[in-house]
Amino acid sequence: MKAFLILADGTVYEGESIGSTREVISEIVFNTSMTGYLEILTDPSYCGQSVVMTYPLIGNYGVCYEDMEDPESYVDGYIVREISNSPSNFRSEDKLEKFLVDHDIAGIQGIDTRALTKRLRNYGTMNGMITTNENFVLEEVLPKIKAYKVTDAVKRVSCKEKTVLPGDGMKVALMDFGAKKNIAKSLNERGCEVTIYPAYTSAEEIIASNPDGIMLSNGPGDPKDCGPIIEELKKLYATNIPIFAICLGHQLMALANGADTRKMKWGHRGANHPVKDLTTGRVYMSSQNHGYVVADKTVPEDVAEISFINANDASTEGLHYLGKNIFTVQFHPEACPGPQDTAFLFDKFIDMMEVNKDAEE
Amino acid sequence: MPKNNSIKKVLVIGSGPIVIGQAAEFDYAGTQACRSLKEEGIEVVLVNSNPATIMTDKQIADKVYIEPLTTEVLKKIIKKEEPDSILPTLGGQAALNLAMELDESGFLVENRVRMIGTSSQTIKKAEDRLAFKETMEKIGEPCAASEVCTTLQGCFDFAEKNGYPVVIRPAYTLGGSGGGIAHDAQQLHDIASNGLRLSRVGQVLVERYIGGWKEIEYEVIRDSYGNCITVCNMENIDPVGVHTGDSIVVAPSQTLGDKEYQMLRTSALNIIQELDIHGGCNVQYALNPNSFEYCVIEVNPRVSRSSALASKATGYPIAKVAAKIALGYALDEIKNAVTGKTYASFEPALDYVVVKIPKWPFDKFITAKRTLTTQMKATGEVMSICQNFEGALMKAIRSLEQNIYSLDYGKYHELTDEELKEHLYRIDDRRLFCIAEAIRRGYTLEEIHAINKIDLWFLDKIANLVKMEQRLKTEPMSVELMKEAKRMEFPDKAIAEFTHQSEAEVKAYRYRNDIVAAFKMVDTCAAEFESETPYYYSCFGNENEVEVGEKMRKKVLVLGSGPIRIGQGIEFDYCSVHSVWAFADCGYETIIVNNNPETVSTDFDIADKLYFEPLTPEDVENIVRLEHPDGAVVQFGGQTAIKLTQAIMKMGVPIYGTQAEDVDAAEDRELFDEILEKCKIPRPAGTTVFTTEEALKAANHLGYPVLIRPSYVLGGQGMQIAVNDGDIVEFMNIINQTVQEHPILIDKYLMGKEVEVDGVCDGKDVLIPGIMEHIERAGIHSGDSISIYPAQHLSDAVIDKIEDYTAKLAKGLHVKGLLNIQFIVYQEEVYVIEVNPRSSRTVPYISKVTGIPIVDIASKCIVGKTIRELGYEPGLQKKADYIAIKQPVFSFEKLRGAETSLGPEMKSTGEVLGIAKTFEEALYKSFIGAGINLPRTKKMICTVNDADKDELVPIAARFQKLGYTIYATRSTADKLIENGIPAIKIKKISAGSPNALDLILAGEVDLVIDTPTQGRDKSRDGFLIRRNAIETGCTCLTSLDTAAALVTSLENANMETLSVIDIAEI
Repeated sequence: MKAFLILADGTVYEGESIGSTREVISEIVFNTSMTGYLEILTDPSYCGQSVVMTYPLIGNYGVCYEDMEDPESYVDGYIVREISNSPSNFRSEDKLEKFLVDHDIAGIQGIDTRALTKRLRNYGTMNGMITTNENFVLEEVLPKIKAYKVTDAVKRVSCKEKTVLPGDGMKVALMDFGAKKNIAKSLNERGCEVTIYPAYTSAEEIIASNPDGIMLSNGPGDPKDCGPIIEELKKLYATNIPIFAICLGHQLMALANGADTRKMKWGHRGANHPVKDLTTGRVYMSSQNHGYVVADKTVPEDVAEISFINANDASTEGLHYLGKNIFTVQFHPEACPGPQDTAFLFDKFIDMMEVNKDAEE
Repeated sequence: MPKNNSIKKVLVIGSGPIVIGQAAEFDYAGTQACRSLKEEGIEVVLVNSNPATIMTDKQIADKVYIEPLTTEVLKKIIKKEEPDSILPTLGGQAALNLAMELDESGFLVENRVRMIGTSSQTIKKAEDRLAFKETMEKIGEPCAASEVCTTLQGCFDFAEKNGYPVVIRPAYTLGGSGGGIAHDAQQLHDIASNGLRLSRVGQVLVERYIGGWKEIEYEVIRDSYGNCITVCNMENIDPVGVHTGDSIVVAPSQTLGDKEYQMLRTSALNIIQELDIHGGCNVQYALNPNSFEYCVIEVNPRVSRSSALASKATGYPIAKVAAKIALGYALDEIKNAVTGKTYASFEPALDYVVVKIPKWPFDKFITAKRTLTTQMKATGEVMSICQNFEGALMKAIRSLEQNIYSLDYGKYHELTDEELKEHLYRIDDRRLFCIAEAIRRGYTLEEIHAINKIDLWFLDKIANLVKMEQRLKTEPMSVELMKEAKRMEFPDKAIAEFTHQSEAEVKAYRYRNDIVAAFKMVDTCAAEFESETPYYYSCFGNENEVEVGEKMRKKVLVLGSGPIRIGQGIEFDYCSVHSVWAFADCGYETIIVNNNPETVSTDFDIADKLYFEPLTPEDVENIVRLEHPDGAVVQFGGQTAIKLTQAIMKMGVPIYGTQAEDVDAAEDRELFDEILEKCKIPRPAGTTVFTTEEALKAANHLGYPVLIRPSYVLGGQGMQIAVNDGDIVEFMNIINQTVQEHPILIDKYLMGKEVEVDGVCDGKDVLIPGIMEHIERAGIHSGDSISIYPAQHLSDAVIDKIEDYTAKLAKGLHVKGLLNIQFIVYQEEVYVIEVNPRSSRTVPYISKVTGIPIVDIASKCIVGKTIRELGYEPGLQKKADYIAIKQPVFSFEKLRGAETSLGPEMKSTGEVLGIAKTFEEALYKSFIGAGINLPRTKKMICTVNDADKDELVPIAARFQKLGYTIYATRSTADKLIENGIPAIKIKKISAGSPNALDLILAGEVDLVIDTPTQGRDKSRDGFLIRRNAIETGCTCLTSLDTAAALVTSLENANMETLSVIDIAEI
């Protein structure tokens, strides 16, 4: 079946429908990872977005459900050059197309994804519609496409009830703004008892649980839409509990401390983003997925200093809060997909919790 | 961290002659690195024995030594030049081994030279099997169960304990020389004893056989501050068991999930970190296809064939970055030259698929064993880029220039089911076609996978191609079908064949329906950042992104020479690159088309635009339709480019330089005879034939011996000397195994002195930089002959005649640009045997030793300058003050079963130069450079044919005087003894021990002189002797002329007094 991708600027790409045939309007973003499509499809941060994969052959190694970063997929649409009909890998359980159907993701293949990516790069991230309706009227759909905005994303993707991953090490409270599974897993593997809280849990409840540390997760959407959460984070900041934050969590903590965030032209989404640790000068490859960033020079100097920058565009990639046991990063040390180079940050967090705990005792 | 300012003068070691396992990739890496160093104001001293390279140009390095790559020579150069640093990781294994020897002997420390880039401790840790294993164990990286053995018994003990089969890998050899898989004790004995002997340190690694596992490679770069990245990973389609150089390779990996991809990536980074590599490194893995189990196969702590491929596949210039790292830069201080906006500290993201297919020399060595194992056999490779795997594979297949345009080719359909099955089990260069045929016959992919362990994903893609063939053969043509076929890169030629139309009809249909190629950019970042680097590939069904702006300058299309093969090597890349530079110098916009990832020409900053494409008419036409060049140059890209002449003219693009009809006139017997007649130039009598009957008639009319060969071939392919009717029948059968579009040539064979010239003609005047004389008499291909410049044994009258004939032929053929002529001087008469109005194998050599840049001059003549305007006086140039001797280098030991005797068909893979003030010293250097370092045991075997016996006597006498003990077969011994030369008689092999073979296998002799009987040698003895000599590392000469040269060189051997010459001063 034919499918169309209609961009807010009026560009129409014709391709073939894969997955769900439902019509969907969303924000269109591209990801340059060559592997890890399932992890991307199940990363809750993509809520309200359609993902263009720049690598042309997707689905080669099939679907291994164990690799999902969330039990659900919040991706609205999936745009690829060619989806594999004959995946091959010892762990493959299904074809990727089946996954798209099962999760009601509207997909399209046969698109010149490079041309599309260049367009998104030149014009910035754009809204778009995927449809199998051949008789769409451009003038009618364009206003709808342009009007689209991702809303309430965190609420949609966060867990509804708290859960506990048992462990006999540090007790970590993980605020789930749309957390990828591997964040909890990375802590749990290091012995932590991880309690995963819904995004809108009050600071009081968290503090009352007396955790050794708080982990703020990644998540979707505009951080400025998360006003109530930011208010709770201010209270968490005021405590002495060590905090480690990733992606949206990093942005929210910055907003809670007077910094500003801005929307990037086309964001960072991929597995090859170089981040430089300003303390050591070392550069690491990181997995990234963000369309917003903590704006340069808006971080109050007396509150935090920049600890990581992006080696390509010098944008802020990490903050170290002065006089606090708080550090936050824009990138994804939990990888999945992508490089595992910065997994040591979890060790750093655990060390921080241990030192803090010893000091308090 | 900024660069280390104490580094001011760096010695760069090249990789020496092109041999199997070490080809043009090191010229590419070395050239890029030298340019990168010079950019930083570093004085570069270069040493490489290979004159055909671009890196040995004076534009590339400040001091250039084309000298034998031995420690003695390097010591002399270091003493003379006093560099403060040495960069050994860019010249392959050869350079690495030399630098290690210099370091281990303490010479570097004594002379205050430091090794920059990766340190000697690191190299040792990575290269020494035992040290490597210990290092891997220390950081918990698994290796296959293995043991380093220095004795045969050790190998047997390991096999007893771990079971057969086992893999044997000798330490410190290149291209897996001497390695193999042993399935039983006998095989283990054969392979291991050979491996122990070939290893520089007498070590072999015996390991658990992990054949059938996926073979995955990672290209990793690390700076001295610990920052590291992977440039790309690559998946070998052939599982472990086939050398990666012989594997079909795809980048990035296709069948690895993110978990496996990151697992191996993290492992590669851990390894490079532990080894403390400063620069590029290649890590090879075996990955169990049914689990996460993996093991590290090997680590190359240097740039390699794979890193060249990775550079071209991603656009990330590994050698350039490695050179900057050696100077002390951090990765995030080095600009990404492709985007110009980002830095070298990132990992390329590909938005296309890259396929590499090796080019094997089995068309040249019809007796060689074609099975692919851990010993590399390919001479070169092609790479292709497409948006899908099917398309990339199809493009790579036609890039190999085998006249194969799809998987449905040849006689595979004639195989019986039994034969096909047998074929499937035998992994050789034809496996793709066998798999396709098996699919056609209804084999399931699982059945094929069970046999060859190739991943189902790849087999499925091959099946898609077979399905498309079937659709084209059976369905009516439709726009949809055509689009799909083109998306998979079926060329018009194949579609035409399957649909029973002409190629023109297919093309017309496509154009009518607007199904045309689009071009995409290779930008390292999957379009994430804007890039300006003009590196493109084509695909169908996409938007074109190449911008062809308003034409400000004239535009020239330069056609490259494709994969490295015997007969068409790196020298044509040298010519292509220099012509690009010359055209740019004249204000032209330059466009290069080529498909060889190992070369300098396919570096993205050589021409204004690089199209990485197959060199077929259709692929070139796609570019022409877009670019509308003002003209095309074909004379620098070897036969590959010449073959495209007609097609390019049909596209309406004028050929710059010598015109097509004149090229034809040189090849076409009758037209050429007319020109010779007109110029009153003699040639050996000859004629053209098509059938065996005609050939027999012609040969008997001319009188034996005669030369027989197909026309329009390179490297004398299929050329033979026939001495009787039997030979004629045999050779005609061989030649006619492939369809001949052109007649077969039969010439009277004159056994005279062969002489060669390269010349430049501006349309009026002719410049001849020099005359080269071959040591071997006519009958041995010029590429396999030792060649001397300036010619030593020609009378003035002969020299005048050669100059005169060259000028006449250049004008008679209306040459504009280069021409190469081969003459035979026989009884003071000069005969023309061949004229090629194009660049030749000797162009780089003659340019370097005379200091006359003839490609530059030729290119400028092509655009209308005259020789005089360029500051040269026409005619034969004054002789240089030096004697330069080019010595061919062979790779016979890599090709089991290949016939090693020299003849009219070229067999060498590379060459070295010996340059000195005297003939003797130059000759000695050339032998040393070629690795013929005698004497060792001072025992030799002589077995020559009857015609050569008289001539052997004085040569043998000279060897004897040097202290050689001579063993000889019965009649040869009789002859020597008759002439007062002591010789020990040995038996024929068939007559039992002790015979020649016993001596050779026992390693007792260091030299064998074996001249085969004329024509194709059918004696099993001779073949066995030669093969065994080669395989045991014994020098084996098959021409008495070579033997005489060798003895001359040995009589004058003196390493102490050897001079070293900076050719940049010539």
